[in-house]
Amino acid sequence: MSCDTALPGAGGLWVLAEHDQGRILPVAFELLGRARQLADRMICPVAAILPGTVDQAGVSALIAAGADEVLTCADPALDNLPEDPCTDLLSHLVRQYEPAVFLIGATHWGRTVAPRVAARVHTGLTADCTMLDIDPKTGLLLQTRPAFGGNLLATIVTERHRPQMATVRPGVLPEPVRDTSRRGRLLPVEPPPLTNRLAELSRLVLPPEQGIAAARVIVSAGRGIMSQKNLALVRSLADLLGGQMGVSRPLVDMGWAPVGCQIGQTGQSVAPDLLIACGISGAIQHIAGLGQARMLVAINTDPEAPIFQFADVQVVADCVPLLRQLVRDLSARRKDGGLGSEAAAP
Amino acid sequence: MRIVVCVKQVPGTNQVYLDPETRSIVREARHAVLNPYDTFAVAWAARLGSQHGWETLALSMGIPAVEKLLRDSLCRGIDRAVLLTDRLFAGADTWATANTLAMAVRKLGGADLVLCGKMAIDGDTAQTGPELAECLGYAVVTDVTDIKEVSRSQVQVSRHTESGVQTLLVRLPAVLTVAKDSCPTRMPSIADLARGASRPLECWSAADLGADPDRIGQRGSPTRVVCTETPPMKKQSRRLEGTLEQQAASLECIIREIVS
Repeated sequence: MSCDTALPGAGGLWVLAEHDQGRILPVAFELLGRARQLADRMICPVAAILPGTVDQAGVSALIAAGADEVLTCADPALDNLPEDPCTDLLSHLVRQYEPAVFLIGATHWGRTVAPRVAARVHTGLTADCTMLDIDPKTGLLLQTRPAFGGNLLATIVTERHRPQMATVRPGVLPEPVRDTSRRGRLLPVEPPPLTNRLAELSRLVLPPEQGIAAARVIVSAGRGIMSQKNLALVRSLADLLGGQMGVSRPLVDMGWAPVGCQIGQTGQSVAPDLLIACGISGAIQHIAGLGQARMLVAINTDPEAPIFQFADVQVVADCVPLLRQLVRDLSARRKDGGLGSEAAAP
Repeated sequence: MRIVVCVKQVPGTNQVYLDPETRSIVREARHAVLNPYDTFAVAWAARLGSQHGWETLALSMGIPAVEKLLRDSLCRGIDRAVLLTDRLFAGADTWATANTLAMAVRKLGGADLVLCGKMAIDGDTAQTGPELAECLGYAVVTDVTDIKEVSRSQVQVSRHTESGVQTLLVRLPAVLTVAKDSCPTRMPSIADLARGASRPLECWSAADLGADPDRIGQRGSPTRVVCTETPPMKKQSRRLEGTLEQQAASLECIIREIVS
């Protein structure tokens, strides 16, 4: 598949290399990995776009993860990725180089800057994609995302506008294996005139919560947990396994659990070794957040619950007595020193 | 000084239907509610409007039945409402929606502050607010948790970031998208309901906006849904049979294999 040069701006595949004070975020590498696979089929170059100052090791890592070119604009005014000047820079680069595809991580920052750039250059943007592919017939980027509250995935294309822009949440795509023998070139670019209508007065950095995003084991609960007090059982099992508690959106909406525990499209994406989903029916927005779990155990009373389609292990049962039984068994064994003494350590 | 608050009707439940032809969402009056995030934008607009004596206006694009939701906003302290309704607006993606709302804001003579909910719960994109800001050439801050120190030229806001909370001074005109629970809301009183009933509510068509049909609705949308499908099934899956005790025992074995 070669690039159709008849299309306006049939350039390369771009990935925004978002960083925090020079430390490149994992989502940038995840996007580069997928961009590399797609580019090899389209025979297009992959460029990482890097506003602000990042050291040589960071640039090398971007190349090892799949970038052919790294466009840098090492203006100190861009170091903290201020949104206004970054929008100016990215829109300017898009107009100048006309990439075919521009992928951005769906972080807080990306979810603000991506739509601004898309609107400024007048192109389409698809939020929170869970799959990206190339249509072999048209060469268009197929952007798949969960949609419409039902059990549906919608595939979206941007036919006539360029670049084809999409955001992907951190943790949704696997991080690529880095190939340090790859060669790439650094392309410094001049910034356009930069504006800034936002002045930072203060920044409060909150200690990162014992996040579910990084947890190896998660026990999660949905509506089938029946009452808020039953969440204690979920937490107990999570504690016994040295893991974290997660919940589905209805529980957050009902005020039973903080939003930081929410797994799904509007919550956290997780990638644990083991996820035990208790009383979760499996709305697609929720499934979107747990696609990277290595082993998914689903417990639900309804044998037709959609979550069973995604589960490695299905347990048709009421999760409350089952959890009670499990917690009892595991606690007894733990007292005997049989299980989890290491895993349960913080 | 003028505050425009943009609101959207969303399905009140998960019962959503797709048009089999266009694969876009079928919007019905039944079970429709105001997007929950937008209720906080309306509350902020009413509060800032009454504190500073600024004019407040609610704006929505949608089917004629959305009038009911706009009337509700008028009962919650908004001065005036405009509904953008036309078959030509249907099937708009976030860019076409932002462009349509921007045309309406310009027709109103612009705004000093535009407030939106952080996102809508049906599409979950959180794109329309920032796109609207760009279409208007205004500054934008997303996920705002607090608005204070409002002057005629700037506002001070706090917002969520990846690592904590940031406080910013924003030059006006600006679009702010507000977070859940960022402003207290309350039920309208009888007096509020009477006030809301007497407030002006207009409907504008594409022609009223002087809109180019190639830049609104489905025709003006850069993105297009090409297919919808149910997610693929997972590899082999096994089911744990037996009594609750047996299921718990089997599950414990599986857990011990991974967590050891």
